[in-house]
Amino acid sequence: MITTDDSHHLGKLADSNSYWDPINIDGEDPRELLDQLRLMVLIRCAEERIGEGFGKGVIRCPCHLVIGQEVPAVGLASRIQKGDKVFGAHRSHAHYLALGGDLRKLLAEVLGRDTGCSKGMGGSMHLIALEQGLYGTVPIVGATIPIAAGAALAAKLDKSDSVVVSFLGDGATEEGVFHETLNFASNFQLPVVFVIENNLFASHLHMSLRQPFDSTCRFAQAHGVSWQRVDGNDLVAMKRASSLAVCQARAGAGPQLIEAVTYRWRGHVGDREDQDVGVARKEGLESWKKRDPIQRLALALETSGRLDEGMLQDMRKKSQTVVAEAWEQARLDPFPAAEALLDRVYFK
Amino acid sequence: MTNYGTAIRDGFVYLLANHPEVFTIGQGLWSPWYVGNSMTNLDKEFGKERVIDTPVSELACTGAALGAALAGKRPIVIHPRVDFALLAIDQIVNQAAKWCHMFGGQVSVPLTIRAIVNRGGEQGAQHSQSLYSWFAHIPGLRVILPATASDARDLLVASVLGRDPVLYIDDRWLYEQEEELAPIQILDLRREGPRQTSKGEDITLVGASYASLLCKKADQELRRNHGVTCDVFDLRVINPLNCETIVESVQRTGRLLVVDCDWSSCGLAAEVIAQVAECVEPAVLRCRPARVTLPDAPAPTSSALESAYYPKMTTVVERAMSLLKKV
Repeated sequence: MITTDDSHHLGKLADSNSYWDPINIDGEDPRELLDQLRLMVLIRCAEERIGEGFGKGVIRCPCHLVIGQEVPAVGLASRIQKGDKVFGAHRSHAHYLALGGDLRKLLAEVLGRDTGCSKGMGGSMHLIALEQGLYGTVPIVGATIPIAAGAALAAKLDKSDSVVVSFLGDGATEEGVFHETLNFASNFQLPVVFVIENNLFASHLHMSLRQPFDSTCRFAQAHGVSWQRVDGNDLVAMKRASSLAVCQARAGAGPQLIEAVTYRWRGHVGDREDQDVGVARKEGLESWKKRDPIQRLALALETSGRLDEGMLQDMRKKSQTVVAEAWEQARLDPFPAAEALLDRVYFK
Repeated sequence: MTNYGTAIRDGFVYLLANHPEVFTIGQGLWSPWYVGNSMTNLDKEFGKERVIDTPVSELACTGAALGAALAGKRPIVIHPRVDFALLAIDQIVNQAAKWCHMFGGQVSVPLTIRAIVNRGGEQGAQHSQSLYSWFAHIPGLRVILPATASDARDLLVASVLGRDPVLYIDDRWLYEQEEELAPIQILDLRREGPRQTSKGEDITLVGASYASLLCKKADQELRRNHGVTCDVFDLRVINPLNCETIVESVQRTGRLLVVDCDWSSCGLAAEVIAQVAECVEPAVLRCRPARVTLPDAPAPTSSALESAYYPKMTTVVERAMSLLKKV
C-alpha cells in the first residue's frame, strides 16, 4: 500500500499560474527588504552580464545562471552569522554574491583570471569566499552534501553554535549520497540546514519524468529531519523559514531541511532561454516569469509606499554600472601563470 | 618488541592524546574486530565522540570527514577493506584530491583515509584488493604504504599532521612483523620517499607494503644460499613517487626486479620500471627489467587457488635468479 501525505506534493506551488501577486511583507523591516531587493537586482544584473559574456564566447567555462531564482540565496544568507559555513553546487553565483563575495573576483573567476576568487583555477563551478563563509561550491551533483554535514560534525565536536548550510537542487536528491547524509546528519543530530532549490528541472529533464512525487520534503520526513516548504520566489517566506531552520539547528535541534520551490529562467547551462542543452522547453516560461521574485517584492514595497518605479529603475542602473565596471577591470586582469598548474596540487 | 598492528594503534594513541583536533570515524570502530589489534579499545580510552562508529555509508562518512577537515579538524576515516573505499570514490578522487587545486591553493585538506588490505582467508574478489596504483594515479592524493612497524606508526602520524589528503594503506599480512621501536619521530611527508633497506651488487629489488617483506626475505635467501647480493628498496610513498635513488642503484647493478602484490596492468611495478627506463642508458641494463605481480585476475576464494595467486618469497628468488641467468 502506498500512502502519501503533504511531504510528497508541491500542490499549487508547482502550478505556474499561481503565486503571481505581490508578496506579503507585513511585519517586515522595509529598510532590510530594500537592501535585499538591491542585492537581488545586483545578482540578476551580474548574471545577465555573465550570460552575455558566455553568449559571445568571452567566457568559456560552463555557467549555470540563477536568473529567476535569486530568493533562496538572499533569504538564507540574511540569517548567516560569522563562523557559519555554506556549501554550494554548480549553480552558485547567487550564493557567493548573497554572502557578500566580491563581485570583481567572481567575474575574474568566470573569466579564468589569476585575480578570481579561486585564483582562476575554478571558473564558474568552483567558487569560494572563506571570509564570507562560502567554503566551496562544486559541480559533482550532491558532492557537497556530506561535506557540509562533516563541517557541522566539526562544529558539534567543538561545541560551537555554528551552523552549516548545504545548498542543493532537486536533481541532487536523486543521488544516493543525499540519502546517506540525511540519515547520517539525523543519526548524529548535526547542526546542518539543507536548502533544496527545487526548480523542477535537473538539466533538461522535468521532475515528473524523474521522480514519482514532486516534493522532496518526503525524504526529510523519512529520515526524521524537520522540514519546511516555501514559495522559493517569496523573499519574506524564505527569510522566515531560514530563521526558523537556522535557529533550530543552532539550538541543537538537529538537521533541518527547507524546500524552496522556484524556477530556472535560462537553460541548464548557458544564457539561452529558448533551449536547454539542445531541447526546446515545453513548460510555460512566460507564466513562470510572472512569479518573478524581484517584481513581486518590488510591487509589495511600492504598495506600501516604500518604493516607486523610478527608485527601482535607479537600482537597476546602479547595479548595471557596478557590474560593468567590475567586468571591465576583471577583463584586464592577468591569466594564471603556467606554474600554477603544478604549484597548487598540494598545499603550500 | 612491537608488532605492526600495535604500532598503528600507538600512532592513534599519540595523535588522539596530543592533538585535540584529531578524531577517527568509520564502520566498526566500537567493535574493531576486523582491524586486528590496530584500534582495540580506542573508543574506551578517548571517548565515543572522537572514535566514531557510523552507519553503513562509506560515501557520506568520507565526505563528512572531508568537511570536518575543511572546518579545522584532522579526521582519520577508516575503511576496513580497500574494496569498501570504492563506495567513497567521489569524495576521495573528485573532492579531497582536487580541493586545494581547484580553489587556487587556498585551502589545506588535512584528511587521512586509512584503508586496509586483507588478503587470503578465502575472502575472495571483493575483500582482498590492493588497488594502490589506482589511487597513486591521482594528483593531489598522497599515497602511503608502510611496510614496517615503525613506518606504520610514524607515517600514520605524519599523514594526519600533514596538510594534504592522504590514502594510508596498511596490509593485514604485515601485522605480526615485529620491531624494537624508537620513540615517535615526527616526519614531514613531503620529504619522505623510498628507503634503501639493504645494500648489494648484483640486482636491485623494489617493493612496497607486503611486497617489501617478500623482497627482504628474498634478499636474505639470495645472500645466504645463492651468493647473490641485492640493493633493496621499500617505496613507502607511492604518490608522489620519486625513483631517483632506485635509478642510481640500477646504474650500478644493471638489473631491476620490482615486486608488487597488485595487478600488473598500468600498475605500480610498471611505473617504477618506466621511471627507471626513462633515466638510464640502455647499455647500463644487463638484463631486461622485470616484475613479479598478481596474475591479472580477481582474487579467488578457494585456498588452493589462493596459493597459486599470491607471490611468495620463493617466487621473487626464482625470478631474480633467472634474471641473473643462474637457473
